[in-house]
Amino acid sequence: MNKIVAKEYLSERVVRFEVEAPLIAKSRRAGHFVIVRVGKKGERVPYTIASANVEKGTITLVVQRVGKSSEKLCLLEVGDHITDLVGPLGKATDIEKFGTVVCAGGGVGVAPMLPIIEAMKQAGNRVISVIAARTKELIILEEQVREHSDEVVIMTDDGSYGKKGLITAGVEEVIQREKVDRCITIGPAIMMKFVAELTKKYNVPTVASLNTIMVDGTGMCGACRVTVGGQTRFVCVDGPEFDAHQVDFDEMLMRLKAYD
Amino acid sequence: MSEYLKTERAKEWRTALRTSLKNKDRVAIPRVQMPERDPMVRRHNHDEVNLGLTPEQAMGEARRCLDCANPTCISGCPVEVNIPKFIKNIERGEFLEAAKTLKASNALPAVCGRVCPQERQCESQCFYTLKLNKEPVAIGHLERFAADYERESGQVSIPETAPANNIQVAVVGSGPAGLSFAGDMVKLGYDVTVFEALHELGGVLRYGIPEFRLPSEIVDVEIDSLRAMGVKFITNCIVGKTISQEDLVDEGFKGIFVGSGAGLPNFMNIPGENLVGVMSCNEYLTRVNLMQAADPDSDTPVYKGKRVAVIGGGNTAMDAVRTAKRLGAEKAAIVYRRTEAEMPARVEEVKHAKEEGIEFFTLHNPLRYEGDERGRVQRAELQRMRLGEPDASGRRRPIPIEGDTVWLEVDEVIVSVGVSPNPLIPQSFTGLEITRWGTIVVNEETMQTADEMIFAGGDIVRGGATVILAMGDGRRAAKAMHRYLQGEG
Ligand SMILES: Cc1cc2nc3c(=O)[nH]c(=O)nc-3n(C[C@H](O)[C@H](O)[C@H](O)COP(=O)(O)OP(=O)(O)OC[C@H]3O[C@@H](n4cnc5c(N)ncnc54)[C@H](O)[C@@H]3O)c2cc1C
Ligand SMILES: Cc1cc2nc3c(=O)[nH]c(=O)nc-3n(C[C@H](O)[C@H](O)[C@H](O)COP(=O)(O)OP(=O)(O)OC[C@H]3O[C@@H](n4cnc5c(N)ncnc54)[C@H](O)[C@@H]3O)c2cc1C
Ligand code: SF4
Ligand code: SF4
Ligand code: FES
Repeated sequence: MNKIVAKEYLSERVVRFEVEAPLIAKSRRAGHFVIVRVGKKGERVPYTIASANVEKGTITLVVQRVGKSSEKLCLLEVGDHITDLVGPLGKATDIEKFGTVVCAGGGVGVAPMLPIIEAMKQAGNRVISVIAARTKELIILEEQVREHSDEVVIMTDDGSYGKKGLITAGVEEVIQREKVDRCITIGPAIMMKFVAELTKKYNVPTVASLNTIMVDGTGMCGACRVTVGGQTRFVCVDGPEFDAHQVDFDEMLMRLKAYD
Repeated sequence: MSEYLKTERAKEWRTALRTSLKNKDRVAIPRVQMPERDPMVRRHNHDEVNLGLTPEQAMGEARRCLDCANPTCISGCPVEVNIPKFIKNIERGEFLEAAKTLKASNALPAVCGRVCPQERQCESQCFYTLKLNKEPVAIGHLERFAADYERESGQVSIPETAPANNIQVAVVGSGPAGLSFAGDMVKLGYDVTVFEALHELGGVLRYGIPEFRLPSEIVDVEIDSLRAMGVKFITNCIVGKTISQEDLVDEGFKGIFVGSGAGLPNFMNIPGENLVGVMSCNEYLTRVNLMQAADPDSDTPVYKGKRVAVIGGGNTAMDAVRTAKRLGAEKAAIVYRRTEAEMPARVEEVKHAKEEGIEFFTLHNPLRYEGDERGRVQRAELQRMRLGEPDASGRRRPIPIEGDTVWLEVDEVIVSVGVSPNPLIPQSFTGLEITRWGTIVVNEETMQTADEMIFAGGDIVRGGATVILAMGDGRRAAKAMHRYLQGEG
């Protein structure tokens, strides 16, 4: 049982929670996630650790309300307890000084991107963050992203904020303008697929953080499997980050619809 | 040991019982039939299939046992349960005494009575099997009877524990290996903490073996009794992730037992294996058993195929295929590349599966799967096989019959072709010696690893075995760790 100590709406459908989890706060690194279960009938669902406070012993999760399980979580209030929370899971992001790094986050994907932006900056990279959403209200965490980025490009589908266009347009503009050494992309699978196709064209090494269906999150079930470079890998233990140019996104998109 | 067996056998009551009925009459008694739920009913629910013996049936079956001077059955049991002693206690109606006898060497008799492959262990070495060519004494059924009787009587004896010695020991994993280790150590006075990665305790007993074979209530009772003895359980804690090896040492743990199991599912790496509707047995059983996905109130979904193929011939495969039937499959089939004789599953499970209408495609092996335009599996191409020469395991090797393939219409495929050791501990601990199969190397007598404070047992050492072997490992490790912590080696 983990107590919720703070809750804030980042947009109508996106909630930020601060949750007591001292051991996880201490051991987690950028890129790690947790598995959460709400209620005795609840399912196990993964969420990225957006940040952690070791002194307070808390971690931050940013959750987008999409369906049953995320809604159950989003309905919890400060003082409530999360039935089960386990982590940190997955491999941490590979943080190095690469040079110029483009962080392309779409929708709620900006939340898991945040700790990576921070860590990349700290490692001495020039960080250009491209954040995108359908419309202005859905752009989240802009301020925090700005705090740690050298430059921020905002894209909205409808042009209500920043530039009008898809995330790929924003990323392409940067690549055409200057040498990019690495790209990291987190967001809906279809978005990551198009970012990967784009950066492949320009030969920019790219990492995608995959959000497959999971059950245990510890390598026990294989529900999260994806094909990377022709080989089956488990996202929860071998990932969640993989070489985006090797990922079979079409298969992943198909598998994500397993329970629709 | 054998001295002790002799003394026990020479006790007055045993001698009297032995001479009360002639062996000739004992061997004439037919083996008891386990009462079972009707196959046509049970294949639609999750209730336990075996109903258990009545006291009269149990006493009758116990009478068959000859109380042999050389009880070979014991050598077939990995933890050397004193089989004649517990059976003779049943014969004379001392059921609680029988349960106590079992518990002296087996921490979970209610579980083992249900899931041990008796036909390969104790019962295979029974005098009836070896010398009389008759059906063995139903040791497993009797074991279950005594353990159930004790539990249902409400007189479960909480074993005595030695005075606390305040030495902390950690257990990684709450499967049978970890539980039996924890039980023995807490009895010796240690301060025992079990760390479990999942949100429920019991390992495979919880997430793998279905309710219709091992009701979770039985596992709960065993865990509660360990708790009552003082064992602490911490769920949702992955050793090596949530807390590290160093954290455990820093927190004052003086010994660590690793019983992290073989949780990594194998796939066959054939075309179409990542189609929607193809999944590992672990995924399927975890959804149904751990997450209760068959319960309409559960948030976790599960595939409910109408035409289900389960690939494999082990206990896991039988559990999956019988679960699929219970979730509404019209056709549920086992696809196995050898013949029934080579199937590693318990004989009873194969029998039950057949009674429930499971189809068997033996000497068939999947080559590929094909799906529809949405990527959902639709059919499986199976290669027909024949048996060749025996391989290293002594089983006859299956050989494909060139060009002889068939297509099977399916809408769900469950891959149950074995598991590999859970890589979490091998990857995150230092100082262990790991084989190329990913198992942890131990001294077979003591279960001690290359790091003297770390012991290991169960599937993480054996790479997939049985409940009772895992428990035997836990016991041996406890004995040896006790010696080590008392400075005797
Ligand atoms: C490594 C990782 C990190 C993630 N981080 C975040 C994050 O920080 N913030 C965020 O908002 N989302 C994150 N997600 C996605 C999040 O897990 C899904 O949005 C969420 O599971 C959707 O569940 P739902 O029931 O609300 O939605 P629905 O769309 O209604 O889901 C329908 C059904 O699909 C299944 N399902 C779909 N996705 C998953 C899943 N990932 N795991 C298990 N079952 C699933 C469930 O059975 C569910 O009942 C992450 C996913 C992964 C794999
Ligand atoms: C479906 C199925 C049916 C079976 N049927 C039978 C049968 O009928 N008879 C029989 O004898 N055997 C059967 N077996 C085999 C038997 O269950 C196993 O051999 C036995 O459970 C192994 O016990 P264990 O304690 O080594 O590991 P497990 O039971 O696998 O338990 C390991 C536990 O450790 C936890 N864990 C792993 N890593 C960590 C970590 N880093 N930190 C914390 N916790 C961790 C896991 O979550 C798990 O709960 C069956 C197996 C399966 C899967
Ligand atoms: S523990 Fe298993 S092998 Fe041993 S006597 Fe009991 S049923 Fe037989
Ligand atoms: S070998 Fe068979 S008959 Fe003899 S003691 Fe054991 S169970 Fe009884
Ligand atoms: S979620 Fe089960 S193996 Fe990855």
